[in-house]
Amino acid sequence: MNWLDTIVQGVLLGGLYALFAAGLSLVFGIMRLVNLAHGDLIVLAAFLVLLLVTTLGLSPFVAAVIAMPVMFALGWVLQFGLLNRTLGNDILPPLLVTFGLSIVIQNALLEGFSADSRRISAGGLETASLQLGPISVGTMPLLTFLSAVAVIVGLNLLFYRTALGRAFRATSDDRETAGLMGIQPNRVFATATGLAMVVVTIAALYLGMRANFDPTMGPARLIYAFEAVIIGGLGSFWGTLAGGVIIGVAQTVGASINPEWQILAGHIAFLLVLLIWPRGLFPRAVD
Amino acid sequence: MADHAFSPWKVETRTRASSAFGLVALAVVIAAAAAPLFVSRSVIQDLFFILTMLVLAQCWNLLAGYAGLVSVGQQAFVGFGAYTMFAVVILAGLDPIVGILLAGITASVLAIPVAFFAFRLQGAYFAIGTWVIAEVVRLLLAQWKALGGGTGTSLPSGATREMFGVGLVSDWLGVRPSQAADIVCYWLALVLACATIGFIYKLLRSKQGLGLAAVRDNREAARSVGVDPGWMKSVVYLAAALVTGIAGALIYVQKARISPDAAFSLTDWTAYVIFIVVIGGIGTIEGPIVGVIVFFILLNLLADYGSWYLLVLGLIGIIVMLFAPRGLWGLFADRTGIQLFPVRRILTGASSTTKGVPHG
Repeated sequence: MNWLDTIVQGVLLGGLYALFAAGLSLVFGIMRLVNLAHGDLIVLAAFLVLLLVTTLGLSPFVAAVIAMPVMFALGWVLQFGLLNRTLGNDILPPLLVTFGLSIVIQNALLEGFSADSRRISAGGLETASLQLGPISVGTMPLLTFLSAVAVIVGLNLLFYRTALGRAFRATSDDRETAGLMGIQPNRVFATATGLAMVVVTIAALYLGMRANFDPTMGPARLIYAFEAVIIGGLGSFWGTLAGGVIIGVAQTVGASINPEWQILAGHIAFLLVLLIWPRGLFPRAVD
Repeated sequence: MADHAFSPWKVETRTRASSAFGLVALAVVIAAAAAPLFVSRSVIQDLFFILTMLVLAQCWNLLAGYAGLVSVGQQAFVGFGAYTMFAVVILAGLDPIVGILLAGITASVLAIPVAFFAFRLQGAYFAIGTWVIAEVVRLLLAQWKALGGGTGTSLPSGATREMFGVGLVSDWLGVRPSQAADIVCYWLALVLACATIGFIYKLLRSKQGLGLAAVRDNREAARSVGVDPGWMKSVVYLAAALVTGIAGALIYVQKARISPDAAFSLTDWTAYVIFIVVIGGIGTIEGPIVGVIVFFILLNLLADYGSWYLLVLGLIGIIVMLFAPRGLWGLFADRTGIQLFPVRRILTGASSTTKGVPHG
């Protein structure tokens, strides 16, 4: 067994989980919203990209770029019209409303697209690989990981270098005071969820190109995303990437010992991290 | 009580509606116990489903509505209880009834390390943490080859037909053993539901229950008057795990077939249960009772519509949470002031003009 190879594959897999988690991290970090529909929104975006690819014959990457503003608008409306009403000290309302939403999205997709597994064709990119020194790396996993890093860098720049990011941080720290300073928290939250949906579209692109997907696979992706966010710590994007990598490496190492242990190893890594650091590795904000 | 012997004042939780309801409840329980004499097997199976979901809902309500523990991982105890019962029957060759009792013990034993871990987490982290733990328990039990591994297994044929009491019921009512097994399961579910509601009601009316409500409403203030929040929450968590484990084992005696995916299903054992509690009204004993009835009616009305059924269920959940966050029972109780299981302490006494301020 080649340990170096296993770990590299794990890190690259972690990139995919970090992509799943980045949008969640943004939403969770700013408004402490536990969005149980996040996984289903990723699947929804994957179907949107698939629809654009099959009907217009576009390249998946172009299709994703077209899907982004659509998903942004969806996220904005969803947050402004529905999820903002659930925010508060009690975590139950957002938990329940997003859970209801998850069921609604899942079953609407089942009605619209049936339960068949789909895949977004990337024109041979799926099977291409690169030789990096002693190990062979798939082009697609590498591209996923680089996209994850780009998304994290982008989110960090947005968060710490722009006026919008300042508004995000201010509202996250103290909603009332931010409101007094002329920020409209409801609009800030809506924009944040819209941005999260743009990240979701990128995640959906890779989800759809790398493997088969069907309408019911959302929750399984959601749990990895949450693990990555929590391991990383509230409000830390680099932490989320680290969390994704930890889950990814744990899974490939577990799988290399016994294929049945792949998922289990990821979960146990999560529990171990949380046992030692109950607030994650790099918590930025005080919960 | 000695202090109160000569005092004209009394602290009561009983109301006139609740006293009248007590008689109605007794009549309903007696009617339910006699139901197997009059109704068909499929009705008994439906009633069994309602009662077991009610037990799970009451447990989750106790956790989330009273102790502030929003768990998304109660399926861990349903599945663990069910697997305990299967292990007892298949590996040890004992009666399923023994398995059901042991399931309560193993589920509460499992709850000890889970609580040790999960209680370090707050709010959303607690919810996700309990979910991951349930997944870990599912994946571990899926490795247990003697109990069918990932694909699951069935109870040996005859295990439920030879279960304690089945022969007796079969002779007495003149029904086939498989039907008698359903009746025994149903009676056990009825006993479990009554005992669970009775236990929760007694707990909430006790000093400990008052402490629990105090911790939920204001943790710091409760602590300042000497209520230990951690201890109360642990006790409630273990009690809920025990009852949930027993309910899980009972459900799977009736199903007679188990697989890790079904026994640890997030949708079946936690999502539906949360839906029932929220629709009915969280933080009340009446809520889950109303909720389970509404849930069952919806289930039957929409069962033919495939995925539309879940879609509608999801929409109803969202609407209730947004516009009636205290559920159907909350709407009703706010309008009428009726409480069937009153836990609020009211000061009554010599002077009929003085009414105590409700608290609790």
